[in-house]
Amino acid sequence: MTTPNEPLLSVQDLQKYFPVTKGLLKRQVGAVKAVDGISFDVFKGETLGVVGESGCGKSTMGRLVTRLLEPTGGKVLFEGQDITHMSQGRLRPLRRDMQMIFQDPFSSLNPRHTVGAIVGAPFRIQGIKTEHGTKKAVQEILELVGLNPEHYNRYPHEFSGGQRQRIGIARTLALKPKMIIADEPVSALDVSIQAQVVNLLEDLQNELDLTYVVIAHDLSVVRHISDRVAVMYLGKLVELADRKDLYESPMHPYTNALMSAVPIPDPARRNDRERIRLQGDVPSPLSPPPACRFHTRCWKAQAICKVEEPPLVELASRHQVACHFPEKVPQEAAEAVSA
Amino acid sequence: MVTYIIRRLIGAVIMLLIVSMATFAIFFLVPQLAGATPEGMASRYVGRTATAETAKLAAERLGFNDPLVVQYGRFVKGIVAGAEYDYGPGVEECPAPCLGYSFITRQPVFPDLMNRLPITLSLAIGAAVIWVVMGVGIGVLSALRRGSVFDRAAMTVALAGVSLPIFFTGLVSLLVFSYGNPFSFAAQGGHYTTFLDSPSQWAYNLLLPWITLAFLFAATYARLTRAGMLETMNEDYIRTARAKGLRESTVVTKHGLRAALTPILTVFGLDFGLLIGGAVLTESAYSLPGLGKYAIDAIVNQDLPKVMGVTLLAALFVVVASLIVDLLYAVVDPRVRLA
Amino acid sequence: MSFLELKDLKIHFPTDDGLVKSVDGLTFSLERGSTLGIVGESGSGKSVTSLGILGLHKGGHARISGEIWLDGEELVSASQEHVRGLRGKKMAMIFQDPLSAMHPYYTVGDQIVEAYRIHHSVSKKVARKHAIDMLGRVGIPEPGRRVDAYPHEFSGGMRQRAMIAMALSCDPELLIADEPTTALDVTVQAQILDLMRDLQREFNSALIIITHDLGVVAELSDDILVMYGGKCIEYGAAEDIFYRPEHPYTWGLLGSMPRLDRERTERLMPIKGSPPSLINIPPGCAFHPRCPYSDRTQGKADTEVPALLETEGGHLVRCHLPREERRSLWENEIKPMLETT
Repeated sequence: MTTPNEPLLSVQDLQKYFPVTKGLLKRQVGAVKAVDGISFDVFKGETLGVVGESGCGKSTMGRLVTRLLEPTGGKVLFEGQDITHMSQGRLRPLRRDMQMIFQDPFSSLNPRHTVGAIVGAPFRIQGIKTEHGTKKAVQEILELVGLNPEHYNRYPHEFSGGQRQRIGIARTLALKPKMIIADEPVSALDVSIQAQVVNLLEDLQNELDLTYVVIAHDLSVVRHISDRVAVMYLGKLVELADRKDLYESPMHPYTNALMSAVPIPDPARRNDRERIRLQGDVPSPLSPPPACRFHTRCWKAQAICKVEEPPLVELASRHQVACHFPEKVPQEAAEAVSA
Repeated sequence: MVTYIIRRLIGAVIMLLIVSMATFAIFFLVPQLAGATPEGMASRYVGRTATAETAKLAAERLGFNDPLVVQYGRFVKGIVAGAEYDYGPGVEECPAPCLGYSFITRQPVFPDLMNRLPITLSLAIGAAVIWVVMGVGIGVLSALRRGSVFDRAAMTVALAGVSLPIFFTGLVSLLVFSYGNPFSFAAQGGHYTTFLDSPSQWAYNLLLPWITLAFLFAATYARLTRAGMLETMNEDYIRTARAKGLRESTVVTKHGLRAALTPILTVFGLDFGLLIGGAVLTESAYSLPGLGKYAIDAIVNQDLPKVMGVTLLAALFVVVASLIVDLLYAVVDPRVRLA
Repeated sequence: MSFLELKDLKIHFPTDDGLVKSVDGLTFSLERGSTLGIVGESGSGKSVTSLGILGLHKGGHARISGEIWLDGEELVSASQEHVRGLRGKKMAMIFQDPLSAMHPYYTVGDQIVEAYRIHHSVSKKVARKHAIDMLGRVGIPEPGRRVDAYPHEFSGGMRQRAMIAMALSCDPELLIADEPTTALDVTVQAQILDLMRDLQREFNSALIIITHDLGVVAELSDDILVMYGGKCIEYGAAEDIFYRPEHPYTWGLLGSMPRLDRERTERLMPIKGSPPSLINIPPGCAFHPRCPYSDRTQGKADTEVPALLETEGGHLVRCHLPREERRSLWENEIKPMLETT
């Protein structure tokens, strides 16, 4: 059982390497280190937001945690139980507790199944009997996510993008999960619809006591929805802090650059903003820079950044950063670093 | 790129080996499994009237008593270095590449095949030119004028072309263009003049078979091209090409057609490869002494070595054609070179 | 007359299911050196507008009416061949996804050379030099080497730079960018927006930027046009739209968006329902089924299409609500909700 102090999900030094082969004999010449040693905990009832640019490994991380992919190294503990290499058969009962929402509401629903069949599928797969039959249970869930229960017999193409994402959410809720991993849940939706889905996710969390991991590239959405936020860069966790700390006093240069890059919907401020502009694109995860992976784009980088990888350390209360030259560090922590 | 070529070459060689084994198994292993004795097999070489004694001796000398692996080895050696067939009463030479020796005509198979090949090749090349020009041309026009009268008419005729058997279209074209009616401008078939002797006579004699054969393929290609063009012309890069201010004809040919034809290239390679192995129906319908006719005659006479020779040669053409297609594909589409 | 003027532009597509009114009476003008942002959700008609200005719907099934004046020339009635000659030279376009918008079979250099040589009779060698020069100007390192690379060998940001280089190769006076940064990462998006701002200053071209992202619009635009259901529902200077919006749909867009530059609000204020399908636009005001104030219009909302009227100094709004009521709603209800928790 989970006590309040014990994390619902605990990830320890998680790794996923995809082999890269070359030549006639498909010799392995290297590996894409999509996720390269990340650790974090998620506590019951909270929302952890994970942000990063393409190739940072955030989606891979989501698939590792839900065991849609098998980790290369490290550990994933769910409710204290090691599920890192658990067989699919033994995972099945756990899948009820941990569900995933995907980005694209168009391709993640089978077009030949009715809404009732899609949302009711988890009951059948898990072999669960409900009090008043599956149909009643499904209709209750449809109502919960703001869909008309009478649409039970309709097909996905009859719905708009936002409604389809609601169907996807309804499907994950069918078995009353404890935790939901949402991978870019709103990025394919129109602006006005995004807000509907964000609000729905928040309401459901309060109502059903859910725990979320929300993976997204949009920093404003992540700030709105998360209690704590993790920033990833090229397979590494570079900063992890409570939402307010991270957005108000980011310590990692990369986090600063990300925030500075977000366009602000305020025309008066476009000229007076202090901007940090990174050079170039994110390097390929196939050959990430050695030591600190951000040093090729970092304006603060020194010689040490190219030879020594900065560890992820807690520099302020509940604020972990992996950087040799962090910003806005509280006095005592700064002394501890230099000591 | 070099790796890609080498990998495809190795693949082709392995494919040929497998085909030769399969062919060998079909012609030698299957009869044995079906109960044929070595004497029975040998009797086909020395004639049914021969005494049991002679057949037994022939079976021994021709090696039908040896294990299959040894027989296969001898068969491969024959292709590489030539073979001698010692059937008792005498010895027959079969110089390399020896694809077998017909004891019915008392001739090695390979020179026969080489005599027939130009006829089939002439038929295939001529027909291919006609069907590619017709099929692709009609397909492109249909796609550009989708829904027009031309499009509907062309697609109806194409459907007929795909559905009608060749001996029917063959007879119809004989009726229309030959047999002394006013349109008769082509020979009735059964004649063949080599290209080197008289190009005009060569074309005159082959015109009807070409049209008959091309009709079937042109129909398929028109449908394929139309579908491919419709898809390609909806691509974003076509929109870009138009936005640059390119003439529509350049947009269609340089940007649209080139991309739309790539998949057709694959189909064409295989079709053409298959065809050089013998256009059985067309050759029969017009009594052209090509490889297809040769195969049919051999089957009727139960002349096993001939059937096997044709089979192997046809397989060789298909494998080589698909190899060439693979390489061309890499030339046309730079993205393939990465693989 | 302005450099670019649209007058009552309509682009309708007849389909088996009915007439799709993608653009239904659009009017605006734009000067050289200034930027117009067109904002809208999917199906608002914003992309059809941009292709319409380039004349790319000509000769198809579309029914086009109204006027497009570019530098004193009317383009709706002009011949296809004439408009083709202007495309790429006088007006050019940048598309959303540079991977699918560039031809996979030709090198980046070849594609720029092609764009240049359509409108300039120069040798391939000269054009290639120009292509290398353009690639350098949009910030591609080692342009002399990268000119021979294929689009798939570029990163997303580099591809969009190459796309911009291609669009600018003939010094167009009007540049239309359709969701130019939507497919890019945030840090790369910032670079591309900077680049577009700098290049516009350098070339002094008129720029139309089409996007669903209010942040991107605010970064670049002088004027903003909000589209909904094929029509302009609000138009004004960027400051009008962000500080004094008067259309309930614009309020909805602003309320739907979590913002990094403000205190975090507890709750977003989404618009209910979904954007309408262009084949079945609601009667009357297209926005009325989603509008929280439609019951205050004395029954006009679902019967009468509101006119696009000026409220003050070039700020136009298409709404049945009286001006005073809109202003008081904004000042007293909407603005406080957007700014506080």
